[in-house]
Amino acid sequence: MDGLDLEVLPGECFGLLGPNGAGKTTTIEICEGLTAPDSGNVEVLGRHWGSNAQHLRERLGIQLQETQLAEKLSVLETLRLFRSFYARGRDIEDVIALVQLEEKRQARVGALSGGQKQRLALGCALVGDPELVFLDEPTTGLDPQARRQVWELVEQLKSTGRTILLTTHYMEEAERLCDRVAIVDHGKVIALGTPRQLIAGLGAEQIVFFAIEDEAGGRFGDDVRQTITEAVGRPPRATDGGWELGVDAPHVAIPALLAALKTHDMPLSELRTHSPTLEDVFVSLTGRALRDA
Amino acid sequence: MPEPGRNTTPVRPALVELTLVRVREFIREPEALFWVFVFPLLLAVGLGIAFRNRPPESVRIGVVESAPAGMVAALDSAEGLSVVRMADDSAAAQALRTADVALVVSPTPGGVIYRFDPSRPDARNARLLADRAIQVGAGRSDPVRVEEARVSERGARYIDFFIPGLLGLNLMGSGVWSIAFAIVTARKQKLLKRLVATPMSRAQYLGSFLLSRLVFLVLEVGVLVAFGALAFDVPMRGSWVALAVVCLVAALAFSALGLLVSSRARTVEAVSGLANLVMLPMWIFSGVFFSAANFPKALQPFVQALPLTATVDALRGIMLRGTPLTALGGELALLALWLVLPFVTALWIFRWR
Repeated sequence: MDGLDLEVLPGECFGLLGPNGAGKTTTIEICEGLTAPDSGNVEVLGRHWGSNAQHLRERLGIQLQETQLAEKLSVLETLRLFRSFYARGRDIEDVIALVQLEEKRQARVGALSGGQKQRLALGCALVGDPELVFLDEPTTGLDPQARRQVWELVEQLKSTGRTILLTTHYMEEAERLCDRVAIVDHGKVIALGTPRQLIAGLGAEQIVFFAIEDEAGGRFGDDVRQTITEAVGRPPRATDGGWELGVDAPHVAIPALLAALKTHDMPLSELRTHSPTLEDVFVSLTGRALRDA
Repeated sequence: MPEPGRNTTPVRPALVELTLVRVREFIREPEALFWVFVFPLLLAVGLGIAFRNRPPESVRIGVVESAPAGMVAALDSAEGLSVVRMADDSAAAQALRTADVALVVSPTPGGVIYRFDPSRPDARNARLLADRAIQVGAGRSDPVRVEEARVSERGARYIDFFIPGLLGLNLMGSGVWSIAFAIVTARKQKLLKRLVATPMSRAQYLGSFLLSRLVFLVLEVGVLVAFGALAFDVPMRGSWVALAVVCLVAALAFSALGLLVSSRARTVEAVSGLANLVMLPMWIFSGVFFSAANFPKALQPFVQALPLTATVDALRGIMLRGTPLTALGGELALLALWLVLPFVTALWIFRWR
């Protein structure tokens, strides 16, 4: 971690977005009081760790990335255990309903699916009726349906005014859930804002992706790219399996691109456009794709 | 979303919940039940059979066939000897070398020669029995009239000695293993880290391991003592209260030792090694299988400081000699020390992440 300076506002859902190893977990664990920072100042709910640890633990809900709950306990037993640690908190039955595990209340943790285990972990984070919830990669390793269920749960939490800090390396998760996002890479914040602001910062309405058949036997060189840059107004950027161009007006840019390729006799094998995402923001900031960074 | 704070499910104290978790995890683990309840019984049965009191066994001796018929007849009729006839001296020497017989009797002109290894107790015994039979057969009469009264006292047999030792061994083993495995598994699964992210009291977490041991203690001790009494007629001469107090303090002390052993280890392999390192000396030195008094004087301060030695001595005192609790102050104080020091140290050096 290096000079990470962030402020999470009450009632917002704040996302730390970045590739694996970017320092997201370290950041969140420092906030959770589980890891001591080498230097710097952390203030949680207006208090510092140290003398206020017990007070803060009562008010935080935490889901860690790698926790495996005891396999031989049932869902109900696990939640009752966690509830017993808090002086005040929610009713167990309410929490079971909230995380949609009513039918699994007597099932052993070891017999739950990945998504159900993760919802139980969220339930454990919520039994103390926390004001601030930390979620470290809440959907990593889940299938799309399980992921959507977790998203719905987080949205429900947001609607009750709780402050949430979550980490993720899925841009669509950050876009859907977070009011504000900090993009983190190599322990540094490289962008901060609402997902909309960050995407608008790209200055592109659409992203055009094209691929040249076998790169036209090595003829797709600097001269071709120069022609495209002159025709469209922006340089193409190499990406996974092809090239990308951020454009403001696709109806103008695409014919210009096609004409430029035609002058050099470049056979197209693929042409697509999509609305820009946080992934494109990350690529434009780091030159790397989020998933293989 | 329902109103927070409307509690319909009663919330039990954390110490109760934590202890319940320990109990549930234990009874849902069939292997653990085997090692704690079945294995000690199997061990008791095995050793009980091996060391059961049998009618005195007869010793095999060899007689060279050239011996006078009267001598052979005298040996044949002697109590405690089983006589094998040997063709000649070389066959007899061969049988002696392979320990097939303990003694060989060969006639000499006008007498007899006994060949045996004096370092073997059964050989020395055979020499005495054979010599007496031959001398009496040849006409010796004993000047003192002898009567025998044969006694096999309950409480003086090996199984009586062994059952209290096994009880102590079991208190140690189940205390250390059940706690060490549970803690290291929780640490490996990052469950410990998750727990310390809650307001849970760390002392209560560790304390729940000690408390949960007490739940099983009654069963563990009861099964073994009852088995000893029913299967081998092992006596229980002291008070049940004294037995309960000693077992309680010993179980807590070994649990604290289990906590200490698992306070830093990150893997089951590491904690297994440490637990064996701690327990092996007690298996050997604490007088479970044979009296600890057999060890040299220089070792005794070490032997007597071990918690298992104190446990086993106290249990033997209560069960075999009816020692009252008031006479067990030394053992109980030592066990209390073994409870407090490891628990405080474990709490202090414990790795929570």
